[in-house]
Amino acid sequence: MAQYSIGIDLGTTNCALSYFPLTAAAGRGAAQSTLAIPQLTAVGAVAERPLLPSFLYLPNEREFPAGSLGVPWDPPRADRIVGEFARAHGSKVPTRLVASAKSWLGHTGVDRSGAILPWQAPPDVARVSPLAAAAHYLAHLREAWDHQFPGEPLAGQEIVLTVPASFDAAARELTLQAARQAGLPAATLLEEPQAAFYAWLERMGEGFRKQVQPGDLVLVVDVGGGTTDFSLIAVTDQEGTLALTRVAVGDHILLGGDNMDLALAHQVNQRLTAAGRKLDAWQFNALTYACRQAKENLFAQPHLEKQSLSIPGRGSSLVGGTIPAELTREELSRVLTEGFFPRVAVTEVPQTARRTGLAQMALPYAQDAGVTRHLAAFLTRQARALAGAPDAPVPVAGRAFVHPTAVLFNGGAFKAAVLQERVLAVLNDWLAADGGAPARELAGADLDLAVARGAAYYGWARHGHGLRIRGGTARAYYVGVETAMPAVPGIDPPLNALCVAPFGMEEGTRADVPPQEFGLVVGEPTRFRFFASSVRRDDRPGDLLEDAAAHPDLEEVAPIETALADVGGDAGRLVPVQLQAVVTELGTLELRCLERGGPGQWQLELNVRMKE
Amino acid sequence: MEPTTASETSWLARLRTALACFGRILSNPEFSRRAAALLQPAPVTPPPARVTPPVATPAPAPVPPPPPERVHASALLLLSLLQREGRLVDFLQEDMGAYSDADIGGAARVVHAGCRKVLAECLTLEPALPEAEGATVHVPAGFDAQRIRLTGNVAGQPPFRGTLKHHGWVATSVRLPAVATALDPRVVAAAEVEL
Repeated sequence: MAQYSIGIDLGTTNCALSYFPLTAAAGRGAAQSTLAIPQLTAVGAVAERPLLPSFLYLPNEREFPAGSLGVPWDPPRADRIVGEFARAHGSKVPTRLVASAKSWLGHTGVDRSGAILPWQAPPDVARVSPLAAAAHYLAHLREAWDHQFPGEPLAGQEIVLTVPASFDAAARELTLQAARQAGLPAATLLEEPQAAFYAWLERMGEGFRKQVQPGDLVLVVDVGGGTTDFSLIAVTDQEGTLALTRVAVGDHILLGGDNMDLALAHQVNQRLTAAGRKLDAWQFNALTYACRQAKENLFAQPHLEKQSLSIPGRGSSLVGGTIPAELTREELSRVLTEGFFPRVAVTEVPQTARRTGLAQMALPYAQDAGVTRHLAAFLTRQARALAGAPDAPVPVAGRAFVHPTAVLFNGGAFKAAVLQERVLAVLNDWLAADGGAPARELAGADLDLAVARGAAYYGWARHGHGLRIRGGTARAYYVGVETAMPAVPGIDPPLNALCVAPFGMEEGTRADVPPQEFGLVVGEPTRFRFFASSVRRDDRPGDLLEDAAAHPDLEEVAPIETALADVGGDAGRLVPVQLQAVVTELGTLELRCLERGGPGQWQLELNVRMKE
Repeated sequence: MEPTTASETSWLARLRTALACFGRILSNPEFSRRAAALLQPAPVTPPPARVTPPVATPAPAPVPPPPPERVHASALLLLSLLQREGRLVDFLQEDMGAYSDADIGGAARVVHAGCRKVLAECLTLEPALPEAEGATVHVPAGFDAQRIRLTGNVAGQPPFRGTLKHHGWVATSVRLPAVATALDPRVVAAAEVEL
């Protein structure tokens, strides 16, 4: 019997775990429990931290003294380092460091269950898959919990695991697989911006009803360490009670706070290089860290014009080896505020060179650093999508973009109040130009831990305690169906896209694709190409889109496949089947083939190994 | 084991040793294992045979590593933390004479930021007296002479009234990281060799 609701934020750069007794009568308010996570902080030293940096270091067997890499629950451990020391030491030995595993998990261009990380590891390193890396972080959290709560193992608690709203069906499935590998077989998924909103709801208590009313549309802007995520949550009145519906989510944007610190470091480094001072990789890392500190100081103290930085050398001569530098306010606002949050028109679109290569050899980082441009694109695209919907939950008629009425910020990047103000100012400029009322900020969020806390609160609220956000899947899903046409050498027949799961399917529901028969051959693998769209809200199961390639709003995700087991010994028989989509209670999408007029049922697996 | 002198083996000294061992056996598994080994009967060493020295000198037996300095482990640990995060040992061991104040100031930033982080992580520091410096304070009759140091015209019996010159510092909690017993705490910072 589970005692706790557990919220786990499996972040790109940091993980956190929050817990909440299921028997509690009310939300925790501002006082919320976060697990102190013991982790290696130096060779042989273990200390507790509220966050677990999502870094995995694969040590050489002679690199550290015996017995110095242990954790309290596994003293002889020697094959891996997770957390703070992995990040600190890995910055000096990058070829043995696994970082940003979560971004790789969401990357369709690589074999996500294949041992590919660290990407540039020397041959003696036993590489791990993005899946295994995520599993290591989750296992560390499980072990830390079990060590502190020996009578209440984590696997027996109700676990809510967060994923970016922009994760597609395959990445979600992989996240659950990682949880299973980590010994957490029954985790439920929750989108991070929703978790942030839940955290805000909990913090406000009943007072939230004063801050949001029916008719409000809350924009959640979540800029984490490595990703930027947008969601729109509508507040409506349904038969007298307040209802929350997640209306739309943005694309997967690999752009976050880490990029910002890096950009500042490059800016300062340019000046140092011009003055003839060359930094090595370790010093550059120290510079990045110093820039983060300087940024926070400059943002916190508006009267400062510049902040001095010191980049220590690696030798024991500290005074002689330290390189002085400075970060000016002008640079800070040019690089950060203007570079990442430029004042743009809502009509501007992010510059993207859409990559067409099959196997991407690196993470597909966002090419346009302008968060506000990505936001403009998101709001305009969603307005177009909603305009066609007969039951649009928010008014869009006559508007160039969706008009949010309130904004909730999340993610460490927004610790700088200036950046929150900038996003709000840009948004309000757009609203004013489009004849809308200005949006307000929903204050009071905890930017670092909100996601884990909100997830734990959600686990508790699911037991009928509090308001839940509805919304279902944020995408419609399609399988590729080849058209019948005479074979022409060298030309692939165009592929049509058949809608199998509509937008907004709720957990625990299913959709049957109306009679549209497929023949599956018993005993042979069958494979479909698989597409998703975050803007096609009105396609029903069975709708056919001609020529998938001609629809820019369709995005190809991992292919799905199944091998029909030869049960009756009739290999080679053609079985007529119908497709059925199911959204599980855990929040993942399953596709099944049902035999027409027979008992056969086969599950289609998302093939996450490679997009082809 | 260090050689013992006659006075150290007095009954009182042996009692002290026994009590100290009792505590450490309970708290330290490694020490307990070593103590258990001591309780085994000593191996019978045959009397040295009279042999002529061999012509070739045997390879010298590997010198056993010195036992880690355990008594001062936590002090050394704090020093290694201050060095790791704030380069404090580097700073103090460096000759300042050759540098300008600006250079020293730049390095002091590194020391300050890093050591401050260590203090915040490992200790909770609070003033011994809550009043602002310069304020008039009341020193009661039963005051804690550890927390309050009287200066100036100290005469007569408390209570006293005086001016707070320094509010003092008290570490109200200490949170040092746990350190693997296999490590030698004397290594305040390892040498770094880049390959």
